Amino acid sequence: MNQAVKEPNSYLDAPHGVASWLLTKDHKRIALLYLISITVFFVIGALFAASIRVELLTPEGDLFSADLYNKVFTLHGVVMIFFFLIPSIPATLGNFLVPIMCGAKDLAFPRINLLSWYLYLIGATLTLAAVALGGVDTGWTFYTPYSSMASNTNVTIAALGVFIAGFSSILTGFNFIVTIHRMRAPGLTWFRMPLFLWANYATSLVMILGTPVVAITILLVGAERALGFAIFDPRMGGDPVLFQHLFWFYSHPAVYIMILPGMGVISELVAAVSRKQIFGYSFVAYSSLAIAIIGFLVWGHHMFVSSQSIYAGLVFSIITMIVAVPSAVKTFNWTATLYKGSITWDSPTYWVIGFMGLFLIGGLTGLFLGSMGLDVHLHDTYFVVAHFHYIMVGGGVMAFLGGIHFWWPKMTGRMYPEVAGKISAVLVFVGFNLTFFPQFVLGYLGMPRRYHAYPEEFQILNVLSTSGAAVLGTGYLLILFYLVASLFKPRNAPANPWGATGLEWEIPSPPITLNFETDPIVTEDAYNYAGRARKAGEK
Amino acid sequence: MAHIDANGHAPQEHHPALQHHFHTMAQQLEASVLGMWVFLVTEVMFFGGLFMAYILYRNLYPDAWLAGSHELNEVLGGANTVVLIVSSLTMALAVRAAQVGSRIGQVVNLILTLIFGTTFLVIKYFEYAAKFEHHLVPGAHFDPTRDPAQQLYFSLYFMMTGIHALHMVVGIGILLVMLRKAWKGHFSAEYYAPVEVSGLYWHFVDIVWIFLFPLLYLIGKHH
Amino acid sequence: MQSTFPLFPQAASSIASDVDLLYFFILAVSSFFAVLVSALVVYFALRYRRTHADEVGHDIHGSIALELLWTVIPFILAMVMFFWGADLYFRIARPPADAMEIFVVGKQWMWKVQHPEGVREINELHVPVGRPVRITLGSEDVLHDYYIPAFRVKMDAVPGKLTTMWFTATKTGSYHIFCAEYCGTQHSGMVGQVIVMEPNDYEAWLAGGRSTGTAVENGEKLFTQLACITCHKTDSSGRGPILTGVFGSTVDLQDGRQVVADENYLRESIMNPQAKVVRNYQPIMPTFQGTVSEENLLQLIAYIKTLKVAAPATAPAAAAPRGGQ
Ligand code: HEA
Ligand code: HEA
Ligand code: HEC
Ligand code: CUA
Ligand SMILES: [Cu+2]
Repeated sequence: MNQAVKEPNSYLDAPHGVASWLLTKDHKRIALLYLISITVFFVIGALFAASIRVELLTPEGDLFSADLYNKVFTLHGVVMIFFFLIPSIPATLGNFLVPIMCGAKDLAFPRINLLSWYLYLIGATLTLAAVALGGVDTGWTFYTPYSSMASNTNVTIAALGVFIAGFSSILTGFNFIVTIHRMRAPGLTWFRMPLFLWANYATSLVMILGTPVVAITILLVGAERALGFAIFDPRMGGDPVLFQHLFWFYSHPAVYIMILPGMGVISELVAAVSRKQIFGYSFVAYSSLAIAIIGFLVWGHHMFVSSQSIYAGLVFSIITMIVAVPSAVKTFNWTATLYKGSITWDSPTYWVIGFMGLFLIGGLTGLFLGSMGLDVHLHDTYFVVAHFHYIMVGGGVMAFLGGIHFWWPKMTGRMYPEVAGKISAVLVFVGFNLTFFPQFVLGYLGMPRRYHAYPEEFQILNVLSTSGAAVLGTGYLLILFYLVASLFKPRNAPANPWGATGLEWEIPSPPITLNFETDPIVTEDAYNYAGRARKAGEK
Repeated sequence: MAHIDANGHAPQEHHPALQHHFHTMAQQLEASVLGMWVFLVTEVMFFGGLFMAYILYRNLYPDAWLAGSHELNEVLGGANTVVLIVSSLTMALAVRAAQVGSRIGQVVNLILTLIFGTTFLVIKYFEYAAKFEHHLVPGAHFDPTRDPAQQLYFSLYFMMTGIHALHMVVGIGILLVMLRKAWKGHFSAEYYAPVEVSGLYWHFVDIVWIFLFPLLYLIGKHH
Repeated sequence: MQSTFPLFPQAASSIASDVDLLYFFILAVSSFFAVLVSALVVYFALRYRRTHADEVGHDIHGSIALELLWTVIPFILAMVMFFWGADLYFRIARPPADAMEIFVVGKQWMWKVQHPEGVREINELHVPVGRPVRITLGSEDVLHDYYIPAFRVKMDAVPGKLTTMWFTATKTGSYHIFCAEYCGTQHSGMVGQVIVMEPNDYEAWLAGGRSTGTAVENGEKLFTQLACITCHKTDSSGRGPILTGVFGSTVDLQDGRQVVADENYLRESIMNPQAKVVRNYQPIMPTFQGTVSEENLLQLIAYIKTLKVAAPATAPAAAAPRGGQ
């Protein structure tokens, strides 16, 4: 099992044909199907983002009508969250790597894995149908009673789309949990597992515990709209704030669905680019679980000015502060891992460093928001917008792209041009900061989010932000371009281009259909680079 | 499940139901059972959202809740509770029959379970029909002389029992598939995971009803 | 008065500088960590560059002491942020007892303001400098949020209940009011100005305004017009309870519970009377949902609040908590 070039049995080759892809039960093929779909949705979401930024170039709402603007940011949020970021790492890299890292031939339930992709597609199609029929304008948060009574847009269809996509996410989490519990190779104990597995395990917990709650919540809104039921309707004595509680009970933990897999990717990458055992392995592993569990108790920090009881607010605020600590622990451990490492400057390294910088700012600004007295001022301003883009785009998307750059050779058998990889990382980093840093300033100045027109004094900062978005967008386009281009070249990736440890690097690039010719047996800890050095310099 | 195999996986002495990515039948069974438990956890959370709404509103509007529960027919509800408990018993017997490899036992008990499940739905149908007649379905036709907060009660009643009934329908579908397979003799003492897992699901759906019945029909009625 | 390229908002309320102080504190802590971690990452990445292809990093596995250090220090700092923020929040959430009261109702897409003296305005809010102002917020349709950045305060207007916020303006001038909770098409048009005036200018402004009767007077009129008075008489001959002294008192309910009659209770008693039925009365009061607008409701409440027992032995506690439960 050495050189991957012309490996006849690779999962990409046999068998061919559209049906063999659309009906595949191979986790690696499903990962690629997902990769294609989420890329399409990222592009759609990014076009909405570009429209937002162009509209905000001028203080008057001159490009779009207010109504259209509202639909644009709603769909930007819905598409980016539910159809891009939530499935991004788990359904692509996770799907590809979880079984391989476990030393298994596939996920426990291959057919359910395929089903999850179809559910994703159905949900996505419904949401696009809602767009085609005229759009939705509730914001991605679907707050009642606006969503249930006032909005006359296609809320029901879009909500149904999100509802169904939710099940695709549940099924992914469900599959990962069972696979990690039941299908690990002999010798692969919990504390020998790569941290990417830990992170996906923690993510899966959130998926199966949280997603059903948002599903039922959305269903209730649908019942209110479509059947005339009364659940949140204040005219019947219903409580609109109850919706917010139910919504954030899922959607706060969901932000950890978006970042935990990214943290897992970064743990892998930090170890690989510095060829070193991760510093404080068990702390990094446990902190994922801590984030997943404590993350369920902080949802009320989105509601400090919603009229929830102030004592509830106190509890939510203090737990919010506590949940920041495990993230801090991770950050410090990654930094310490670099100490006395052997650090390469290949393109994955650029993404790791970019992630660290942007995630830090995103996370730290979460502390501003978690501090109740300050959040009264910052709530629903651009400060929040900047916070979540730093953490979701600066953290989540950077980690995703880092992971793609790292595992691309394994997934496709091709190398991409290193220089292009580095240039795009720098473009994205610079463009990103230019786009979103001014938004912190805007937010503290008081510019509310979801505003289609704004007072003139905010214009300069908005123009800066839009120009940043152009740079950022160029960076993304570049990546799309060279990654796709690499597919047209012959396969040239060696089995282990980075000289990294891990079961996935011991099999050919791309792997064969059932991953392993002989079932692996694990005899050492993850990231055993020191032991590896003694094994002689393979690459 | 047994017939995936375009990948040249030599069957050797493997059980025909063993999928290619599992090592042993035991591993496959464990995975299925764990999978169903994980799935049931998601179900608990799903109904959990409804129970939260129930608790909140019951606290806010105890009178409306009391008035609402007086409109429900506890005789029919009680009958349904009995029907479901018995169906759980026959389901458990069906699983047992599968484990010991008794084809007749499986078929008979699955049919009984199906009969009870359908009975439940029929009774539920009559209950719903009565609600329509009495203008207790939330929305435009809701009896306007009633306290509006009762609409909250009936909305939750219909959501909770409706989603529960939907689970019953799905369960009946699953049991029909199991019945077919059992009839054809698919299951044996080595391979009975699908029956066992369906049983878990069926018991779960019953347990949900065991919570719904007192919460919706009984609590507070002695006033 | 705003420069064309501001980087920091004006601070025009008693609380604003306290909020800014907390902001700078968290900013300092954050900057420290952001700079520290970024600098270390870049330094390590350069200092420990890979020198030849087969090189691997040192075999370091971790250190409990360091883990403790970087768990405990962020934890302590985070707790400081929590307590400071919570303390500030309590001050923002609890209006002083002597605050003057203004009613604000949000409606797609405007802010309707009613001063106690009866002057009304839309999208503007005139207030005197240096006096605490308590705003009682209602909403006629969906969620809105009354936000005055220069005062660093905001509060959601929630349909179905009343919420409160307060501030003391410290500088005359005019400042933005924004609707900060998304409420539909013209959300970004639901904006206005607070105009902070010297107290005597404010008096003059009030006198010049077209008063349509004070809130209490209007409430009293409504009380007759809507025939509340037929059931709620001043003696016990009515079919409903006497409303004198009800505000702030503890009411016994039919189902054995007790509630304190705050504004939200009065609101609910009118809009959804069956929700909390008073002990020993029949649930015969009709709902006024749909008949009474949110503004009229606030007037009725203002009126009921003035119905005090002639010489109260103990003054009822006035300040309702922010929001409901
Ligand atoms: C991936 C997504 C993601 C992640 C991981 C986070 C992480 C965090 N978020 Fe964020 N958040 C969002 C996405 C995310 N958030 C979104 C989408 C919204 C808006 C939703 C909407 O309304 O549309 C939001 C909104 C939001 C709010 C509500 C704001 C408002 O509307 O008023 C709050 C308030 O507490 C908050 C806090 C936090 C905190 C404390 C963390 C923490 O977990 C961060 C922890 C990380 C660190 C702290 C950095 C590393 C630490 C150190 C280097 C050491 C130093 C640390 C200390 C001194 C403690 N977030
Ligand atoms: C994963 C999640 C994700 C991602 C990746 C992004 C990516 C981006 N987002 Fe998004 N965003 C959200 C999640 C996300 N966002 C959410 C949840 C909301 C809240 C929605 C709500 O309130 O309901 C939001 C809201 C939101 C707003 C606030 C709207 C408002 O409140 O009124 C803005 C404004 O700047 C914005 C901008 C951007 C930009 C510039 C990018 C960039 O990263 C995109 C870069 C890509 C391009 C720019 C396109 C390709 C480039 C070109 C075609 C070149 C030419 C470009 C120009 C001339 C500009 N987003
Ligand atoms: C048909 C008679 C009737 C009319 C008309 C009526 N009420 Fe009532 N009201 C009652 C009765 C009976 C109760 C006590 C039972 C209850 O709480 O529902 C009551 C209770 C109240 C309470 C709670 C009193 C307490 O002691 O806690 C308030 C406040 C109130 N009404 C205000 C009004 C206002 C304002 C109007 C007019 C807009 C009005 N009512 C019209 C019969 C009436
Ligand atoms: Cu009103 Cu936004
Ligand atoms: Cu959150």
